[in-house]
Amino acid sequence: MRSAVALAAIFVALALQTTLAGLVIRGTAALDLVLIVVVYIALKSGPVTGLLAGTVAGLIQDALSNPILGIGGLAKTMVGFLAGLLATQFILNGPLPRFVLIVMATALHAAIFMGLYVLLDLRQFPDPIPAVVGQAIGNGFVGVVGFQLLEWIPGFVDRRRAGRFLKR
Amino acid sequence: MAIADIRQRPGVLLGAAILLHVVLISAQVNTKSGLPLLQVITFGSFSEVQRGMMAVVGGTRGLWSGYIGLQNVQAENNALKQEVQSLQIRLQEERAEAQRTDNLRQLLELRERAGLDTTAAEVIAAAASPEFRTVTIDKGSSHGLQSDMAVISPAGVVGRVILPGRRASKVQLLVDRNAAAGALIERTRVQGVVIGFGDGSLRMQYVPNTADVKTGDLVVTSGIDGIYPKGFVIGTIDNVSRGVGQYHEITVRPTVDFSRLEEVLVVKTLPASRTLPEGSE
Repeated sequence: MRSAVALAAIFVALALQTTLAGLVIRGTAALDLVLIVVVYIALKSGPVTGLLAGTVAGLIQDALSNPILGIGGLAKTMVGFLAGLLATQFILNGPLPRFVLIVMATALHAAIFMGLYVLLDLRQFPDPIPAVVGQAIGNGFVGVVGFQLLEWIPGFVDRRRAGRFLKR
Repeated sequence: MAIADIRQRPGVLLGAAILLHVVLISAQVNTKSGLPLLQVITFGSFSEVQRGMMAVVGGTRGLWSGYIGLQNVQAENNALKQEVQSLQIRLQEERAEAQRTDNLRQLLELRERAGLDTTAAEVIAAAASPEFRTVTIDKGSSHGLQSDMAVISPAGVVGRVILPGRRASKVQLLVDRNAAAGALIERTRVQGVVIGFGDGSLRMQYVPNTADVKTGDLVVTSGIDGIYPKGFVIGTIDNVSRGVGQYHEITVRPTVDFSRLEEVLVVKTLPASRTLPEGSE
């Protein structure tokens, strides 16, 4: 059940990501919703699930947009694993730690992704730091808000159900 | 159960995932030389495995061929040694044959050059006594040889027939103590007599002190002795000194190496003075 939810979240993120493809800052997407979802799954489920989620999401993302299948997959795999690992070692429930985590995940993802492309002489990323910083901040804000919403919605639904029950 | 085990080992799973991605990426990326990266990496890795395998196989083969497989080498070695010896003997025979052919060729040239009736003979024995410098040749009276026939070689005068047998003859060498030949110095045409001295050298006698004689002058036969045809080389003057009398003391070094005689020519044409009249024996 949890796996199905994770897969569904990844597909939703991919769908949203493809619709936000026009939002670009200096050649790099301003937001990576798939990355945010992977980090969230890793936070909630641990390094192994984060790793698998990162692998699946990254490979699908690569298949949809990137010329080389596997580079994005490898980057998201590493991010999912490390995020899950950090979540098992530290308390990352507050908005700020999550923001920092997403920023770090974005930086790591960019480093692996861009590094491999440059290393393999497949593509150049002139002056990547501003774009990566922009994406990291954007991912951080969206991720923190999204995480809060995702955690708030179930409680909100439960409270509304309980309120209706009490009114009767 | 297996999945649960894997989940307990995230590091292994991460390694597998990374490896999967690396393989996947490598399969799509070409190197600068245009070859697929996966192929290059796979080939490079596998070639190292192959190299290692070949090293092991080569080592094993070397061990086998260098130690274990040497059981028959002793017999093979002996056979090869025998073959080498056989070949060495054969080589020596071939060399000897070549030398003999060369000697015969020189004899043939001499025969044609001399324009004399000659017959080739092979030296089959040396003198029985060291005091006498003679050799035995394989031609005799049955081949038309007679006493006092001159014996020559491409290098020069050898001697004369002193004892013709039926199928072999004894030849007195010019260096024998009792041998002599009429001679002249080619440069000045001064005549004399060359006699053997027994020690391998020759003396030229009866050359006046007034005659122009120099070391290195060539001495040839004069033909006046009735044995040796005129103009054949005897030797070169090795030493000239004024004698006690009216003649030079001249030492002549023979051009013929008498210790290495193998084939010779016997001049069957006797000088006119010695030719037997027709009808006589």
